[in-house]
Amino acid sequence: MTKEIMIDPVTRIEGHAKITIQLDDAGDVSDAHFHVTQVRGFEKFSEGRPFQEMPALMARICGICPVSHLVASAKACDTLMAVEVPEVAADLRRVINLGQIVQSHALSFFHLSSPDLLLGMDADPAKRHIFGVAEANMQIAQDGIWLRKFGQQVIERLGGKRVHPGWIVAGGLAEPLKVELRDAILADIPEALQRLQRTLAWFKPVQETFREEMRAFANFPTLFMGLVSKTGGLEHYDGKVRIVDAAGKIVGDNLEPADYATYIGEKVENYSYLKSAYYKPMGYPDGIYRVGPLARLNIIDHVGTPLAEREWVEFRELQRGVPLSSFYYHYARLIELLFGIEKIQQILESPKILDKRVRAFAGPNRSEGVGMSEAPRGTLLHHYKIDESGLMTWSNLIIATANNNMAMDRGVLQTAKQFIQGGKVTDGALNRVEAVIRTFDPCLSCSTHAVGQMPMVVDVLGADGRLIERTTRN
Amino acid sequence: MSPTMTEATVVTLKIDDREISARSDQTVLEVAWENDVFVPALCHYEGLGDVGACRLCLVEIKGSPKLTPACAIKVVQDMEVITLSERLQKYRRSIIELLFAERNHICSVCVSNGHCELQWLAQKLGVDHIRYPYLYPKVSVDASHERFALDHNRCILCARCVRACDEVEGAHVWDLLGRGVDTRLISDLGTPWGESETCTTCGKCVHICPTGALFEKGKSVAEMVHARPRFAAMARVRNNSGR
Repeated sequence: MTKEIMIDPVTRIEGHAKITIQLDDAGDVSDAHFHVTQVRGFEKFSEGRPFQEMPALMARICGICPVSHLVASAKACDTLMAVEVPEVAADLRRVINLGQIVQSHALSFFHLSSPDLLLGMDADPAKRHIFGVAEANMQIAQDGIWLRKFGQQVIERLGGKRVHPGWIVAGGLAEPLKVELRDAILADIPEALQRLQRTLAWFKPVQETFREEMRAFANFPTLFMGLVSKTGGLEHYDGKVRIVDAAGKIVGDNLEPADYATYIGEKVENYSYLKSAYYKPMGYPDGIYRVGPLARLNIIDHVGTPLAEREWVEFRELQRGVPLSSFYYHYARLIELLFGIEKIQQILESPKILDKRVRAFAGPNRSEGVGMSEAPRGTLLHHYKIDESGLMTWSNLIIATANNNMAMDRGVLQTAKQFIQGGKVTDGALNRVEAVIRTFDPCLSCSTHAVGQMPMVVDVLGADGRLIERTTRN
Repeated sequence: MSPTMTEATVVTLKIDDREISARSDQTVLEVAWENDVFVPALCHYEGLGDVGACRLCLVEIKGSPKLTPACAIKVVQDMEVITLSERLQKYRRSIIELLFAERNHICSVCVSNGHCELQWLAQKLGVDHIRYPYLYPKVSVDASHERFALDHNRCILCARCVRACDEVEGAHVWDLLGRGVDTRLISDLGTPWGESETCTTCGKCVHICPTGALFEKGKSVAEMVHARPRFAAMARVRNNSGR
């Protein structure tokens, strides 16, 4: 008898989603999907607003990554004003964006995924959380909480508050950096590096014990996309788009963010509110690509900070070509954490960083503007159109998670096929199906903008839609 | 000394059981504020004529069953005023809630966040939720002016801008059009602000606006800090120099 397994909601991710797994008569997986079940509509209700309000308005999309939206939105507004942001403002935007990446990566790795990594995929569900981690290894939990705090404090010290700071504005920044805040951030850097290196030393051997998961966690050839610096280095704030294939060969380079519509297509599937982005020249679904930490480390020629550079060389030796398994997102995230901390230090140690000129003023000088930056989860794009007086007439957002949608969907199927066989559905198997989603660290509230809460239940349905088994999760 | 001051007499009244002396040409609101008695108000502005639009300054006057707007009643001898009672607080909170429900006030993304009198009063009066259904009207933003913009979403129809422009600047750009919830602030009898032939771009209306309805273009969230014009002082200077 065929049956359908539903994981609803997917836990330990940001936002709400469910997974359905179709079993055939033999009890093997015939199909599986990742559904994002919410819609919000920021693109629509920003219509008619003055464009200068957009950064603060768009930041409200997410409480985890407000800074990413602030940055992408402000960059789109800079284009509308036809101004060049003062150099120091660009550098400070880069720092706060890295603060965002540090706190979000720490949240993803330690708070959401480390329970699986430390306690095992088959551990008691009642223990698979950050407190379970603290019980088993207090040092890891403390390092995780400390590192997240460090990232949040970078945001607070620069932007005035941890969530939804208003500091980043169209044309630059609301005010320059204060010397005592710079010094406070710099004072924390040595401890941040120490804690992170301890985590890397713990994780690298642990990673090797997850061979089976590595093989099955969205481990297939796709393209990888992200921003790179002028010299092909790791870049999160500015730069041009690069796309490489599964062998690490560049298929698109120096692509202008403003021309995104020529190389990124967006498809809507009827099972999800989340759009599926694909590489246009290869069509749908062959143009499947991934973004985020794994993709960023796969597209670059070098990193740009010494400690992260050393780790990256090791990372790239994991596999011929480029690492393909999404399980490596975890490792990539730690390397980016290292880069983020080192880069923040590099930028803040420059004496010019306290320069008072941090804002360019101008009215609406263009009718259309695109802003692209790297959010923790990958490439983020804001595209606005305005009327003559600067009021919004249209917008389009491609959120990082939408870029990964196809890979997540396919990853769910691959993992389900590997771990659910002969009709045997264990909790550990279902957790692995969720864990593959967690490697991508999707933010669904960002990507579709929903309100409301999902019931915490897992339903196993018969072929006739009859409920066979229901498990409630807390 | 202005002519009114010479004609006024001194009266004694009680505000919240406190004996207070005042000039007979003063309103209850003026006297209350002069004596540091808190009475909320949004449409009143020192130096401008009162219109009693917001109804927040309602007080109880002994001997009258009705609530009276303190800005619209002059003090008289032996008057007994109550500015704080459960009934008054209830009405004041309701008025604030109705103001929020009538238009689209989203403090978190407003240019005046943290510098808004409506927001400040809501906090002061303990308005922590809105009991009335939001109307969510679809209203426009007039950004046609070179320097300023008008966002009807945040307008509470206090008409401070109307009076400042008329009584102080003498340009009379602003008026109110329509009735009830359909009332809208208009410039030059309904032409876009940017095409106004009477606007002198002085900015008084912008800086007197209690909310973020009138603001300087280019301001981001929380950046519209008002430089409140001192109209009363200006009027005194004008009157003195005119003599």
